[in-house]
Amino acid sequence: MARISYRKAINQALEQEMARDPNVILMGIDVGGGSGGSGDVGSVGGVMGVTKGLYPRFGPDRVIDTPISESAIIGAAAGAAVTGMRPVAELMFVDFLGVCLDQIYNQAAKFRYMFGGKARTPLVIRTMGGAGMRAGAQHSQMLHPILTMIPGLKVVMPSSPYDAKGLLIRAIRDDDPVVFLESKALYDMKGEVPEEAYEIPFGEANWLREGPDATIVAFGAMVPRAMQAADALAKDGVRVTVLDPRTTSPLDEDAILESVEDTGRLIVVDESPPRCSLAADVAALAASRAFGALKAPVGMVTCPHTPVPFAPNLEDAYMPSVERIVAAVQATL
Amino acid sequence: MQLSRDDLKRAYTAMFTIRAFEERVEKEFADGTIPGFAHVYLGQEASGVGVCFDLTDDDWIGSTHRGHGHCIAKGCEIEGMFLEIMGREGGICGGKGGSMHIADMDKGMLGANAIVGGSPPLAVGAALTQKLRGTDRVAVAFSGDGASNQGTTLEAMNMAVILKVPMIFVFENNGYGEFTASDYSVGAASLADRAAAFGMPAQTVDGADFFAVHAAMRDALEHARSGRGPYTLETRCSRFLGHFVGDPQKYRGPEELAEARANDPISRFRDRVGEAALLDMAELDEIESAVRARVDAAAAAAREAPMPSLATLETDVYVKY
Repeated sequence: MARISYRKAINQALEQEMARDPNVILMGIDVGGGSGGSGDVGSVGGVMGVTKGLYPRFGPDRVIDTPISESAIIGAAAGAAVTGMRPVAELMFVDFLGVCLDQIYNQAAKFRYMFGGKARTPLVIRTMGGAGMRAGAQHSQMLHPILTMIPGLKVVMPSSPYDAKGLLIRAIRDDDPVVFLESKALYDMKGEVPEEAYEIPFGEANWLREGPDATIVAFGAMVPRAMQAADALAKDGVRVTVLDPRTTSPLDEDAILESVEDTGRLIVVDESPPRCSLAADVAALAASRAFGALKAPVGMVTCPHTPVPFAPNLEDAYMPSVERIVAAVQATL
Repeated sequence: MQLSRDDLKRAYTAMFTIRAFEERVEKEFADGTIPGFAHVYLGQEASGVGVCFDLTDDDWIGSTHRGHGHCIAKGCEIEGMFLEIMGREGGICGGKGGSMHIADMDKGMLGANAIVGGSPPLAVGAALTQKLRGTDRVAVAFSGDGASNQGTTLEAMNMAVILKVPMIFVFENNGYGEFTASDYSVGAASLADRAAAFGMPAQTVDGADFFAVHAAMRDALEHARSGRGPYTLETRCSRFLGHFVGDPQKYRGPEELAEARANDPISRFRDRVGEAALLDMAELDEIESAVRARVDAAAAAAREAPMPSLATLETDVYVKY
């Protein structure tokens, strides 16, 4: 099996789905890149190069460069989706959610309910988030908590190249609006990815490691950190379970509860400020439905209640580190 | 192009259905049978009917919070509409949408929209679908003068131009965005001027004149369907009532209110076809009687209809979750 990057895995999923289904189109800022310029159109493929090569293959009707108009991008994609296309719209940075949120939460996410079940909106919004690139407060957030609380939306947080491909193919084939939240810190991560198309179902957690002493639940870019923490703990004889829910909506509550029943200890690692975070959400799940099994308070490893800082040492301190995860597990033992 | 007698009857039936429906909504709202808010389309009938007259179920419209008239003009059944607006079982949206979110996908009605400026980006997408599939269908975004100032609308206008989609922006300028006059809030001489700045052709027409709106819409459709991109119509309308049913309208002077009522699209249609001897007044009276009877029956039936089952509270959120 080929080892390819998270970036390439996403690109491969898009290419294979576009080849399979003519209704799949891409639209967003520079998804082709260079439209209207004097050089090579389609030479860029997005600011991170994720869609590179798709414009030359599929052309301007299917890889649509748009103006920098996020509301119109997301709204047009929603309108195209509800009338029969399967658009994959790119919201370059999830930080730009603020300039298009209405079209997501008041429009696309609510069509089916408001219209009495008569609408289908197979829309995928690809976007990237996360700190670590020294990009400062408006280019570094992970806004999955805001998206996860919206009924009608599904939210995907892939943590590896294998998951990125399988979950994106699932998202494109899904009949509901899906936000596919890529971690930009993972774009160069490599892993084994099958060449052929495959789907990973939503709402089914990935049991990355099983151990009896504690359960670590981690999302997106926090999953590799949780695995590093698990390795460090193993050296001290502490064997933990690491669960990656893969999707925050739907959330595999059963897997989390099952594991907490087994281990009695829960640590949630979430790249988000703590209030109303997935960490708080999963902690509440355990407190309300597995209280009797808990042998220690739930550990919540999150960012502080601050914007993402710019200075590298501050940004590093903002992020949940392997050391903080290890310490949080040890505090429950 | 000359309209046939059947066309004229169809137009009058649609306009008068909106009139009778909205008058009944006003009454039902006063009776307390309509929960929430109700924004009626009285005085703007010629605009919606003129725009939708040549559209089919396969053309799309996106609407506004003042959307009942657009629904009727696009062919939605008033029985299902009354049920919906009263929050009853069997409503077009199962009682989950209500007046401000009423939609009918089967009729190409992409929803009233309680977010001012919510529809134009969606209509760009509906039009993009037509362009990519090579159909000769179009999408229409109805907006008011209020939505003409929303960023979403302006983004959508530019996007529609650069993607060259078959779309018509219809700005029903009824003089007020809620309680604030468009003379105050719109910093352009006309909304057609604003459209021109985006690089699309536009016309401003008398929105109380069905024939003027219809003729302008034919130009717009011809443009959009020939692959030349979007078009804008500004229909200058009069809002008979306030922003919502029950608005005392103290911000409008008595003369203005009287003028608005005097510029009645229904009586203007009657005068026009009467003067030109296109239809007998008796024929129009017959249409009115039949429409009133249908509206009364639909409203009465909706009043007696059951509320939606509580079992539907959590259905229809997702296709599959």
